[in-house]
Amino acid sequence: MTDYSHVTDDIEAIVEDTELPRRLKDRVYDTIEDREGVTTEQADEIARAVESQYVDTRVDPLEPVGTVSAQSIGEPGTQMTMNTFHYAGVAEIDVTQGLPRLIELVDARKTPDTPMMTVYLEDEYAEDREKAHEVVWALEATKILALGDVSTNVADMLVRIDLNEETLLERWPTVDSAELVAQEIAETIDDKLGVSTRQQGMAIEFGPNEPSYRELLQLVEQLRDIVFKGIEEISRVVIRKEETDAGEEFVLYTEGSAFGDVLDIEGVDATRSTCNNIHEIREELGIEAAREAIINETVDTLREQGLDDVNIRHLMLVADIMTNEGTIESIGRHGISGSKDSVLARAAFEVTVNHLLDAAIHGQSDDLDGIIENVIAGKPIALGTGDVKLRMGSIDSTPADD
Amino acid sequence: MQTPKQLGGIRFGLMDPETYRDLSATKVITADTYDDDGYPIDMGLMDPRLGVIDPGLECRTCGQHSGSCPGHFGHIELAAPVIHVGFTTLMRRLLRSTCRECGRLTLDEMQMEEYRDQQERADELGKDPDTVLKAAVREARKAGTCPHCGEPQADIKHEKPTTYYEVENVLASEYSEVIASAMQPDADDEEDEGISPSELADQTGISLERINQILGGEFRPLDEDRRALEKALDVDLTEEDMNKLMPSDIRDWFEDIPDSDIEVLGIDAENSRPEWMIMTVLPVPPVTARPSITLDNGQRSEDDLTHKLVDIIRINQRFMENREAGAPQLIIEDLWELLQYHVTTFVDNEISGTPPARHRSGRPLKTLSQRLKGKEGRFRGSLSGKRVNFSARTVISPDPTLSLNEVGIPDRVASEMTITINVTERNTEEARQYVANGPEQHPGANYVKRPDGRRLKVTPKNCEELATKIEAGWEVNRHLVDGDIVIFNRQPSLHRMSIMAHEVVVMPYKTFRLNTVVCPPYNADFDGDEMNLHALQTEEARAEARVLMRVQEQILSPRFGENIIGAIQDHISGTYLLTNDNPDFTETQALDLLRATRVDELPDPDGENETGPYWTGRTVFSLLLPDGLNLEFTSSTGGDVVIEDGNLIEGTIDEDAVGAFGGEIVDTIVKQYSETRARVFINEVAALAMRAIMHFGFSIGIDDESIPPVADEQVDEAIDSAYDRIEELIDTYENGDLESLPGRTVDETLEMKIMQTLGKARDSAGEIADDHFSDDNPAVVMARSGARGSMLNLTQMAGCVGQQAVRGERINRGYEDRTLAHYEENDLSAEAHGFVENSYRSGLTPREFFFHAMGGREGLVDTAVRTSKSGYLQRRLINALSELEVQYDGTVRDTSDTVVQFEFGEDGTSPVRVSSDDDFDVDVEGITDRVLEAEFDDAADKEAFIGRREPPTNLSEHTEPRFEEVESDD
Repeated sequence: MTDYSHVTDDIEAIVEDTELPRRLKDRVYDTIEDREGVTTEQADEIARAVESQYVDTRVDPLEPVGTVSAQSIGEPGTQMTMNTFHYAGVAEIDVTQGLPRLIELVDARKTPDTPMMTVYLEDEYAEDREKAHEVVWALEATKILALGDVSTNVADMLVRIDLNEETLLERWPTVDSAELVAQEIAETIDDKLGVSTRQQGMAIEFGPNEPSYRELLQLVEQLRDIVFKGIEEISRVVIRKEETDAGEEFVLYTEGSAFGDVLDIEGVDATRSTCNNIHEIREELGIEAAREAIINETVDTLREQGLDDVNIRHLMLVADIMTNEGTIESIGRHGISGSKDSVLARAAFEVTVNHLLDAAIHGQSDDLDGIIENVIAGKPIALGTGDVKLRMGSIDSTPADD
Repeated sequence: MQTPKQLGGIRFGLMDPETYRDLSATKVITADTYDDDGYPIDMGLMDPRLGVIDPGLECRTCGQHSGSCPGHFGHIELAAPVIHVGFTTLMRRLLRSTCRECGRLTLDEMQMEEYRDQQERADELGKDPDTVLKAAVREARKAGTCPHCGEPQADIKHEKPTTYYEVENVLASEYSEVIASAMQPDADDEEDEGISPSELADQTGISLERINQILGGEFRPLDEDRRALEKALDVDLTEEDMNKLMPSDIRDWFEDIPDSDIEVLGIDAENSRPEWMIMTVLPVPPVTARPSITLDNGQRSEDDLTHKLVDIIRINQRFMENREAGAPQLIIEDLWELLQYHVTTFVDNEISGTPPARHRSGRPLKTLSQRLKGKEGRFRGSLSGKRVNFSARTVISPDPTLSLNEVGIPDRVASEMTITINVTERNTEEARQYVANGPEQHPGANYVKRPDGRRLKVTPKNCEELATKIEAGWEVNRHLVDGDIVIFNRQPSLHRMSIMAHEVVVMPYKTFRLNTVVCPPYNADFDGDEMNLHALQTEEARAEARVLMRVQEQILSPRFGENIIGAIQDHISGTYLLTNDNPDFTETQALDLLRATRVDELPDPDGENETGPYWTGRTVFSLLLPDGLNLEFTSSTGGDVVIEDGNLIEGTIDEDAVGAFGGEIVDTIVKQYSETRARVFINEVAALAMRAIMHFGFSIGIDDESIPPVADEQVDEAIDSAYDRIEELIDTYENGDLESLPGRTVDETLEMKIMQTLGKARDSAGEIADDHFSDDNPAVVMARSGARGSMLNLTQMAGCVGQQAVRGERINRGYEDRTLAHYEENDLSAEAHGFVENSYRSGLTPREFFFHAMGGREGLVDTAVRTSKSGYLQRRLINALSELEVQYDGTVRDTSDTVVQFEFGEDGTSPVRVSSDDDFDVDVEGITDRVLEAEFDDAADKEAFIGRREPPTNLSEHTEPRFEEVESDD
């Protein structure tokens, strides 16, 4: 034991001998250290008392925690609302809430209905509004309509863009002159549309290579979709000043998500920023982070509905089984239920006939280990009291005759 | 007696036609079922060798009678091979990936080896073998020629459901015309002069003579010549030729595929040869699987499967006759297709693209696949969930005199449902008494079983005589009596507290009776709800039910770790009235309040007034609390509740204290004392509260929601001023001066601001109404105490109903630019968009009523959609998690021993014992202090604090020590 002066070897031996988890053992040491001069005898009593309290609240062996957790999440589902769409913390961004969101999470959809990110900032970016805005401009997809006016000149078959100098300087804070930005924009248009542009001051003009009215209109349409700055997927960024653990700071909320790209942007605090797409989190941060994300997202969804009394351990179990394979598996026939070993268990869930036919082709066999199979076969299930191998019985006085 | 056999496992595979023939009890050749005398026809579909369903007949295969004969398969020899619809996709894949000539997989040895390895790996990991199969097929399809025999491969086209074509590119029939037109000069292009035959000959290297022959249609340019021509003229000279593959062709093809190649695809060659997917023999299910029903008029109605089999046999017969008569190929092919159709629908009648086979009435037939599929299918309807005996269902009604552990059972149910008792030397007398009472007198018996296994019905006539014969070794099926344990359930069974064990109390009348405090776990009310009851049949089941499933063991919900059973509704109003103003009671009154509890002695009076000694409400309540209970919390009624050593010192007992869903006192008693103590407490609180509410009198009527005219005026004023503000908002909006909120359009901003203003208007109406209600107003009492209703309900009844919303917005639908024809177009005012300024008491105007109905309808639709969605979510969750269990080592594993968590919930703590609200942890500091300060009365007290507390096993309210003893145990 490193730095405890009041914890003797005897005390340590006693405490280490208990069934307590590390966390509680350390708490016991800390407390004994704190109180000073605890005798070995007293320490024993303390350890025993703590242990008996701990053991009292522990889950019983053979407890069917899976079913209990599933029920504990499913049951409040009946109390959730369907069409809440509004106001998740930030009034300006609509996020899917309630039952649809919960279903989306356990379905492990590739993209959520309303992707969003919460981006925390580092150091001076978090404190200085100007600096924070730099990050905003790096995130938000900037399209031409945000930068200036677009007009079409049908007579000369030209598209004319009048850029707003102030906006340019605001959105490209690192560039000194608007002229340079305008040049850059013109070049981007060159590349993306395959036309030759003429740029003069804040004005950019270009037309179709061959005069055609349809072509001209098409160019305008395409022009609108070009992303000049920022990340294409992020359509909007809201900046808010918030009170966090780190004090008052600026936090960005985005509509749309591109988690991988965002983490690389300067000023973004990659340790705290999150996103509501669990697949993106898995790709960027790994499976453990994805597990954590599933837990957080489900907790948040339940809390929004006033159902945060659901014990977090239930949500952990769901997250753990979804991430058990190292990838995110959905709950349902395309995921966990569809990849069960037992043919009967799969057939009893969904798409009954196909599972039976496939099993026949591959010559699979069902060993009747699971729960559903044994219900079907009419045997006791290996769960709870059915899993106890010890039996109470009496010895038959007459020898067995078979 | 036969030893019961247990299923060890099930292996799946295809069946060899030869095995079918071997197993078959008979060949079926006649499409008819019964002859004119009503006897089954030999070699017909109801052949007695296929099993018997009519009582009295004997099975010609096993010799047993109906009921014990399991039935036997027969077979039909199909005139021509027919494809099994279930395997069409796999057949397509096999056709595409194997050689049309030699039948081998079109992969070289290296690739085969690789896929074989992948297949093995998938097998080890328990992954789906189909993924590897798909990859291998995709790879094999790339091969243009067979790597084994060099045969070029044709593409396979699959026309759903059961037709396959080989697609080959052959020379188009009008090749000469195509070439000629390509040689003509282009009409639009003046410079193009076309190509002369001699030029073409030069370019292609074909002799001019040949070119002319080709142009004349006398010579068919093949392969090289064709390609040269195509290149020179830039035309396509080929067309697709579709060659239909008959099932017999496919069968021959598949027969050539060697076992070793098939295994690369993960197909079990030993048990499932691919050619067996094409049926030459059709098994005929036993009669027992398709029983016919005799209708009232004596007519027989056949099962859907039998109908389908009749069709198959008829066509099969016709096919054979036509073929023997040498009918033209076209007719044969038609008949073949028809046979295929019937066999297809026999297997699955819901194939897309195929019209379903229909019954004479027009109803689609329920064939093999339909029998297995879906909720009512074999798997979910008959195997995973079964109908059971020893169960009862009836309407429920409340009975506050029962304990929460009990259930009242109508005597007629009790004398129908039985429990088996094994007669031994020690209970012979008891058993005889039951039998002697007969089946009609209540604690009687319905059946007895002799040691030789024969069951005898107890009748009023034979009961006396039968009773004397009862001896050890008999079994008696006796009626349910008081104290028996039964299982009680209300659907939907959303959590484990939806099924709990109760002790029987036999009662008159026809409903199940239960204590009102168990309504929350069942989510039951008494507006016509029905519940199910099951009598347990084995000693093990009864023991488990008593120890684990009894209501008192389920007081804590594993969802949030607090009590789900506790006082509800009037109980809470009652305790509120009893403790809020802490009224005084005389001795008679106090004892009357406590008459339904175990308390029969009052403590020293709290004081004396004109009428004599008095006891306060809190003192009376304190009598129910266990000794030594110390608790302090803040209730939402306002004010702290302080309990010291089992005495309520201060505070109002409301929902937060004793209510279901986490009432502090109940929760603490279960966790610190015992389930039994908590049960007693809840029962007594309910009883006391009922006496209390009756003592004070409690009623609610329409006058309780009326407010004085002054208040009405104030409400109107508040609403009017809100209208003014909205008008201002609309003006600014129309002038274009409205500043939009960040991220919102101006329209949205206006809507939000209007909604906000109207929300505030309703709130202030509520406040005004609230001010004019006295504290003893019953609606206020209920809302404050948490018994029922909220202040919002009260606001809506007395003040103003407020804005009606559809999809979270003001009502915006109806006519173009307006909600109703009563309003101007584009009227943005409050009343035109569903603001209800009246209260429920004053009544709604027709327009308001309409808007209110719109909002109400949305709520109904929402609930309907939600129940189905959340039901499916729950089914999926349970299916995915059902196999998880905590092991003795603390890990959470599924039944194939895969570890999902190393410790449940990261700390092994049970969600039942720990409230999810507080950040639970063992109070190490507190424990240390207590040990160090050594404030224990004696060694026993100390040991009780330090040592493990083994909870007593409670079996029944009636076998437990009397309550006083329980309390002294604590």
